[in-house]
Amino acid sequence: MQFGIFSVGDVTPDPTNGRTPTEAERIKAMVAIALKAEEVGLDVFATGEHHNPPFVPSSPTTMLGYVAARTERLILSTSTTLITTNDPVKIAEDFAMLQHLADGRVDLMMGRGNTGPVYPWFGKDIREGINLALENYNLLHRLWREDVVNWEGKFRTPLQGFTSTPRPLDGVPPFVWHGSIRSPEIAEQAAYYGDGFFHNNIFWPADHTKRMVELYRTRYAHYGHGTPEQAIVGLGGQVFMRKNSQDAVNEFRPYFDNAPVYGHGPSLEDFTAQTPLTVGSPQQVIEKTLSFREYAGDYQRQLFLMDHAGLPLKTVLEQLDLLGEEVVPVLREEFAKNRPADVPDAPTHASLKNAQEVTTV
Amino acid sequence: MKLVVVSAGLSVPSSTRLLGDRLAAAAAARTGADIEVVELRDLAVEIAHNFTNGFAGTKLAAAQRAVTEADGLIVVTPVFSASYSGLFKSFFDVLEPDALAGKPVLIAATGGTARHSLVLEHALRPLFAYLKAVVVPTGVYAASEDWGAEGLDGRIERAAGELAALAEGLGPARPAKDDFTVVPFAEQLAAISEAR
Repeated sequence: MQFGIFSVGDVTPDPTNGRTPTEAERIKAMVAIALKAEEVGLDVFATGEHHNPPFVPSSPTTMLGYVAARTERLILSTSTTLITTNDPVKIAEDFAMLQHLADGRVDLMMGRGNTGPVYPWFGKDIREGINLALENYNLLHRLWREDVVNWEGKFRTPLQGFTSTPRPLDGVPPFVWHGSIRSPEIAEQAAYYGDGFFHNNIFWPADHTKRMVELYRTRYAHYGHGTPEQAIVGLGGQVFMRKNSQDAVNEFRPYFDNAPVYGHGPSLEDFTAQTPLTVGSPQQVIEKTLSFREYAGDYQRQLFLMDHAGLPLKTVLEQLDLLGEEVVPVLREEFAKNRPADVPDAPTHASLKNAQEVTTV
Repeated sequence: MKLVVVSAGLSVPSSTRLLGDRLAAAAAARTGADIEVVELRDLAVEIAHNFTNGFAGTKLAAAQRAVTEADGLIVVTPVFSASYSGLFKSFFDVLEPDALAGKPVLIAATGGTARHSLVLEHALRPLFAYLKAVVVPTGVYAASEDWGAEGLDGRIERAAGELAALAEGLGPARPAKDDFTVVPFAEQLAAISEAR
């Protein structure tokens, strides 16, 4: 099982002192956080993609390329790559390039984006969000698998005799996850291709996540990729830890109360009861995270949101130390227990390359 | 048959709730329907949180389910600033968009004075028309003075009769649309190119 972190890349004032980092500070902080992730033994760093303030990561492959050069082992991913408003041709090229530079340590997660004006800013119609995701990904999938593509669709100029370069490393396209919170069409899409399905459950009650994951698993089996239990599932998580759980609550409360998205809404206590957010000791984080398996089944990737709502870099790095030293080793051990042998790990470049060689022989 | 009363009354006891109960009793007498009452006052905080978090808390989700599955609704609001109350509107704002489509709805309101009685026609009826509900022709407005005057009973009976007839005529509520229904991928993709 893979463990990692995903960042939204928000520039948010620290509510405890009112200080807002500059864009430069935030971008460098994201990089420092990614490097720390490798240092503490995490498997994955994923960055969001946004095209409006207060967010900095508009150019994920630039950032991930830089992180790739400074890491050895970390898988570089996205959360999410906008399959609706980006040109699928450019996604194919950018991520294939990144894949070569990072020696295959690359996968990506497709998402539609939930900021209305981004669609018109990029010349698209938000009412076509689902259809853009389906058609654009269908083209992207072909661009990585067919050396010469002739293509015609609704949303983009046709392609005649087009070859996306560079070709994927070793002829193995990056593994793709599809992220969606409430659109069955996207679970269906992930299942159809045999791709991964990521449910960013951090703002949602468990029963909703359960139904989306079950739908994906059922359809994954329907399309003949394996049993429902073998489908490739990823989940979000959100934690803040201190050795003493009351210290964690006291320190995190001002960040929670003022956080973008859920701030000024329900209490920290209600929100932790209803969603995966855990604020407490490492042991509490371990228990809550292990409970995800009860509704999602044995899954492949767990990403935590650690650096948002104005938390200072120093605090985030301390959180990553706790995550890497005290939480993830226990989670690895516990999640491995009673895990059926035929439930696969998340695909990596190496595993996909092996599978391809076996098929070719 | 099941009818659900949605009451946005705030005081306890509330004349809005009282009007809802009278309408429900009259409709139940004609249909034998089971009655469930949703008191929005008890859901006010969860409704506000639904706006900030994007999902319904436990009690609100149960109320939404009851309303969606009902064979008919009796909705009652106090008049605030010449319209339905903000809490009343907010409940319907966080309901799934098609939850009321084709559902018989009896609209009713209470106020301190009869001068606001057309609130039924200029505020409630357009709201439920937009939500694709089948709004019964007679709405019932009760000003404070109506509780001590003749005529309210007759309006209640007429409106309840219309609701009963519609609910019986339209038959049981269609099952709430399952959000998790999938169109097979190939069909979905083919539909895009057909639309070109």
